[in-house]
Amino acid sequence: MAAKRLERLPVWAFWRDERFIRAVIQIVVLGGVIWLGITAANNVAFSLRQQGIALGFDFLNNGAGFDIGDTLIPYTNSDTFARALLVGLLNTLVVSVTGIVLATILGIFVGIARLSSNWLVSRTAWLFIELMRNVPLLVLLVFLYTAVFLKLPRARQAISVGPIYLSNRGVAVPWGEPTETWGAFLAVLGAALVGAVMAGVGMRVWQNRSGRPKPIVLPALGVLLGASVVGWFALPQPPLTLSYPEIAGFNFRGGRTFTPEFMALLLGLVIYTAAFIGEVVRAGIQSVPKGQVEAARALGFGPGRTLQLIVFPQALRVIVPPLTNQYLNLTKNSTLAVAIGYPDLFSVSGTIINQTGRAVEMIAVVMAVYLSTSLFTSLLMNLYNRRVRLVER
Amino acid sequence: MSLSAQPLPQRPVAEPLPPPTERFTLLGWLYKNLFNTWYNAVLTVVMVVLIALAVRAAGEWALSIARWEVITTNLRLFAIGQYPAAALWRVWASVVLLWGVAGLSIGVWGQRAYGSVGMLLAFPFVLGVLATDETTRWALLGTTVAGAFGYGLGLLRKRWLRRLAIVGWIAYFPLVIVLIAGLGDEAPLLPSVPTNLWGGLLLTLLLTVVGIVFSFPLGVLLALGRRSKLPIVSALSVIYIEVVRGVPFVTVLFMAQLMLPLFLPGVTIDRVIRAMAGVVLFSAAYLAENVRGGLQAIPRGQYEAAYALGFKPWQTTLLIILPQALKAVIPILVGQFIALFKDTSLVVIVGLLDLMGIAKTVLAQPDFLGLQAEVYAFVALVYGVFSFLMSTLSQRLEQRLNAAR
Repeated sequence: MAAKRLERLPVWAFWRDERFIRAVIQIVVLGGVIWLGITAANNVAFSLRQQGIALGFDFLNNGAGFDIGDTLIPYTNSDTFARALLVGLLNTLVVSVTGIVLATILGIFVGIARLSSNWLVSRTAWLFIELMRNVPLLVLLVFLYTAVFLKLPRARQAISVGPIYLSNRGVAVPWGEPTETWGAFLAVLGAALVGAVMAGVGMRVWQNRSGRPKPIVLPALGVLLGASVVGWFALPQPPLTLSYPEIAGFNFRGGRTFTPEFMALLLGLVIYTAAFIGEVVRAGIQSVPKGQVEAARALGFGPGRTLQLIVFPQALRVIVPPLTNQYLNLTKNSTLAVAIGYPDLFSVSGTIINQTGRAVEMIAVVMAVYLSTSLFTSLLMNLYNRRVRLVER
Repeated sequence: MSLSAQPLPQRPVAEPLPPPTERFTLLGWLYKNLFNTWYNAVLTVVMVVLIALAVRAAGEWALSIARWEVITTNLRLFAIGQYPAAALWRVWASVVLLWGVAGLSIGVWGQRAYGSVGMLLAFPFVLGVLATDETTRWALLGTTVAGAFGYGLGLLRKRWLRRLAIVGWIAYFPLVIVLIAGLGDEAPLLPSVPTNLWGGLLLTLLLTVVGIVFSFPLGVLLALGRRSKLPIVSALSVIYIEVVRGVPFVTVLFMAQLMLPLFLPGVTIDRVIRAMAGVVLFSAAYLAENVRGGLQAIPRGQYEAAYALGFKPWQTTLLIILPQALKAVIPILVGQFIALFKDTSLVVIVGLLDLMGIAKTVLAQPDFLGLQAEVYAFVALVYGVFSFLMSTLSQRLEQRLNAAR
């Protein structure tokens, strides 16, 4: 019967064929996008020709001619644009990584405080979270920079908290100065790390063989700490000497001074992101049903092992994806440095655009950097999700 | 054993106990919530001391040290920037309309929402009474009346009123854009106001509204595109969404600001429009992901049922799937709009005079040098009040929608 019906269909009615319609739609869409792209590219080429600018990255080898306040690697204004960009990239990295670590610690703290049985503590955490969630990060950053860090007293009248000095020149803290044995100590540290991993793996193998729980983290930590401490004292001279900041004229000598821009950016990013991480942590902990804890206790797990083996793995499954999202947000938000003059990748690029007019190239560079970070992270995230997702029938 | 029902043996029934009397006593509450363990007691004491110190310091600053005249003198600048005084009535008309629609909505949908009505009416009334300026006072009192009128109308609870409220909300935003922007240079009633005169809170809100109105359809399209079975359409949507979500908002704004003129040589697009384009393009990608979440929550049966009833694919999408999907994600969408509202503050980086931009210009006034703390605290307060209101509203909405399910 079906064959008969098919025969009756007019053969030439191909425009009614769903496959045909789908192909046409796709070709039209693709054609439209390609046309849009070509037109845009043509127009950009035309406008650039009018302005007398040629596309290309050769200019990166020219002398930058501007100074950068915060540098991790040696940089002077006679270095190239490429090096200036590298300085910016490193600054972005430093602020992002430090920010992520601190925001995670503070965020976990906030999340736990939010769940505290103490009314005052949980309300305070709630207030903090609401405050951060309802005020733009930019306002927070500019407030911290102009109304807090720049309003600190001058270096001579610096507020001292123990060995730390707060002034409008920034925050001066004691800092380790590497000595001649620093390289050797790094080698020891590397060896200790390898040893720790081996110890951990060994304990795990033992656990699997014996079928009884064995400590894994503690021995590994023990090896790491023990080897580092032995290395520190065995070397002929300590690998680091502490240098304390002291007021010298209008500035500080010794130690390390973090600029107000860096401090404002870091503090702003940390407390802002911590509020969001706090909510993520709270949701994760609350997502583990109480029955899971009770069942674990009934099966004879101790409180510690219940947390370690039952609660954390399940909570982490809920926590990790939004947590990574927050990490990415923090990294992307670090571009707001441009508003308070901290030379991150974006603000260095902005300076280069102002100097050379190379908007197309610089925006492409910045976008490529952030995009590859995001895509790489989401790749890792997908791998992780595949590992931890619930395996159902 | 017989299967027939046996009468259950009579058990002696005890007198029912009275319901537990959990009386609210202050001491009991304190004990339960603040001093239930020794470490909580310690924590409570420490927190009380810390909070008292913080409140005292903040209070002292706000009441005796801070120079709030920087705000009161520049209130108009903060509100509307350089928007011409002759066209001020259009701003007020937008506010009055908003209150009317909001009052109507509370009247139609609210159930014993006396708190909301009270807030709605008291807010402009109190401000109106306090206002020193004649125009402002009458405009604010007019706003109060509009809100009360809308609420009274809504209490009639007619079906057409409910429709009117929905239409009102949908029509409100385009209407406001027309009202503020004007119809054309020659238009007798609503002459154009050039966008470079828009500023302050007005610009911030307009950027948000334009962002919502234009990015919403774009976001829905992208979400549908991503879910599409056509590989090219879905691939293009995924690329757009992931690229935009992968880069910081500032770079999108910068790109709109610097690249749009390159894309369209010969056409001059002013800065505000360019910033709006950036906001829309950026926000659409995030909206698309939220809408996709809603689309994924719709069971297959809904599609199959629609097809079985003879709906064409586009009818299925438009009439069956989208309404359900969008309803499911309303709270998330509101959250996204709050984020958009906060994000518009970044346009100050490309040199626009929104609330943050005005704050900068105010701080450059020679009379008010060095008052960053006051100005930015005020700006934070304005942003905070607006987004807190929006999020409270969305929580209410969420409760109502959940209750209706």
